[in-house]
Amino acid sequence: MSTTAGSAPVETGPFAFTADNMRLAQAIIAKYPSGRQASAVMPLLDLAQRQHANWLPRAAMDYVAELLDMPAIRVYEVATFYTMYNTKPVGRHHVQICTNLPCWLRGSEQIVSACEKATGTVLGETSKDGMFTLSHAECLGACVNAPMMQINDDYYEDLDETSAASIVSELKLGHTPKTGSQIGRKTCEPAGGLTSLTEPTKGRGA
Amino acid sequence: MLKDKDRIFTNIYGLHDPFLAGARARGDWDGTKEILERGRDKIIDEMKASGLRGRGGAGFGTGLKWSFMPKEIGARPHYLVVNADEGEPGTCKDREILRHEPHKLVEGCLIASFAMGAHAAYIYVRGEFFRETQALQRAVDEAYDNGLIGKNACGTGWDFDLYVHRGAGAYICGEETALIESLEGKKGQPRLKPPFPANSGLYGCPTTVNNVESIAVAPEILRRGGAWFAGIGRPNNTGTKLFNISGHVNHPCTVEEEMSIPLRELVERHAGGVRGGWDNLLAIIPGGASVPVLPKSICDSVLMDFDSLREVRSGLGTAAVMVMDKSTDIVAAIACLSHFYKHESCGQCTPCREGTGWMARMMTRMVAGDASTREIDLLEQVTRQVEGHTICALGDAAAWPIQGLIRHFRPELERRIELAKARAPRAAAE
Repeated sequence: MSTTAGSAPVETGPFAFTADNMRLAQAIIAKYPSGRQASAVMPLLDLAQRQHANWLPRAAMDYVAELLDMPAIRVYEVATFYTMYNTKPVGRHHVQICTNLPCWLRGSEQIVSACEKATGTVLGETSKDGMFTLSHAECLGACVNAPMMQINDDYYEDLDETSAASIVSELKLGHTPKTGSQIGRKTCEPAGGLTSLTEPTKGRGA
Repeated sequence: MLKDKDRIFTNIYGLHDPFLAGARARGDWDGTKEILERGRDKIIDEMKASGLRGRGGAGFGTGLKWSFMPKEIGARPHYLVVNADEGEPGTCKDREILRHEPHKLVEGCLIASFAMGAHAAYIYVRGEFFRETQALQRAVDEAYDNGLIGKNACGTGWDFDLYVHRGAGAYICGEETALIESLEGKKGQPRLKPPFPANSGLYGCPTTVNNVESIAVAPEILRRGGAWFAGIGRPNNTGTKLFNISGHVNHPCTVEEEMSIPLRELVERHAGGVRGGWDNLLAIIPGGASVPVLPKSICDSVLMDFDSLREVRSGLGTAAVMVMDKSTDIVAAIACLSHFYKHESCGQCTPCREGTGWMARMMTRMVAGDASTREIDLLEQVTRQVEGHTICALGDAAAWPIQGLIRHFRPELERRIELAKARAPRAAAE
């Protein structure tokens, strides 16, 4: 379970989708056969979380349950089973550092320290100004670009202590740091130069 | 070494346009209608002839799997579900397909669904892959807008709907029945089999769950012929494969190579070799976190395929190669994986729920040497009690890395225990 799940829910006021989000919600529900609207629970909780400062109050879970005609307990089960649902408030930037083996082999512990220093908080906590929540994450599936971290929807890869700290600093200043590899490679190709796909690509369909 | 002309994923690095115009220029969606016109049986036969084995880890024959779906569509609709819940530590191949080659997947979904009588398919993408999901959704939208999928897909008269569903962070949903549960809006807890999904899967309907890579290579196999694919690699281990090489190498990367390439050649040719040279190698986990680690002596000569890795009591898994040089604390590395499995156990089966926690705590002690040598055997014994005693393979996956560690690095475990004893004789006394 995530570091932000499992504790008693924080109470808030009532919750309802905005008109735009209600339209999105209806489009999501339409992806599943009639009578199977419970399938939409995960995307709808995600939508609710995005509308509510990136965390899910109990009221939002109840609202989704009602919208999908599901028992509330089934929605709570889903909201607490999956790590991406935050059941208590998180910072504006949720910094999740992968500490699984491929990242650990390439220095994720140093990335954690660098981020703790740069954000002024520690793993599992939110900074006093509410800007950053720092979490460790299990494998995020960008292993050939290790070490890496995810901040909200974006991946930052091929990190070292300096680049990790500078990403945090840029976010503090309200800038948008460059996503993806921080060492100048395009994606997952070998940094030493291509070892395959060096011949010009030809469309067989042409 | 695989020649570029035999590579399927010609845009795996995203150096070119991933979307429809670029994909078409690379040959995607070429003659899709003609492929479907061959009919279900011929498509499945060609897939069988290619020898393609599922790319998600288990290595089950893809064509054979498709043939398990009922021949006639009865009262219950058929479904294809694509497993894009990529989360096996070390593995990041499907990510590149989703964001750089999404049309191969979309086209593959149409063909595979047609071959198994499914008018609808869901692609379940891990929630953290937000940008990848956006890229995939764009490709799906393009395919709809151009009549490639939807009503009368590619002008074949076959109606086909394709939906993208995002998960929300749970490794266990990579297990096919947990994935189905999750897609139905529940906690991702695996189902007992039988019934198998081909009989009763999504919404109780006949369902086939396939890995992203298995589906994405299907169109090219059908265009070039099963014999072409079967001619690459070794018998029973055919075709091309995406490999992820991470850890202590000079240039970690993803690369498409032929199956059965020697592990050493793979690492040296594409990943710039082990940091400090091959002789600085300690061990490699060759197929994602779930398969047992191999010491250098085996890595020297093993081939990267299902059979060769099974002979050395490991596995190809997802072909995620994690390289560890001599600076690695190998006990801490395996302990890291044990903590991962503890975190990801769904809690349903007692041997896994309790066993993963127990094994993780024991591994923490082994890292410090805070144990007795007898406890190495006890640990081994407990892994055997978890393995094979759970509904899904997560219990096995948690057991195997520890078994591999004890098999190949027992002297290291003993050395630590001796060292700790020497430091604090009373504390370590039994």
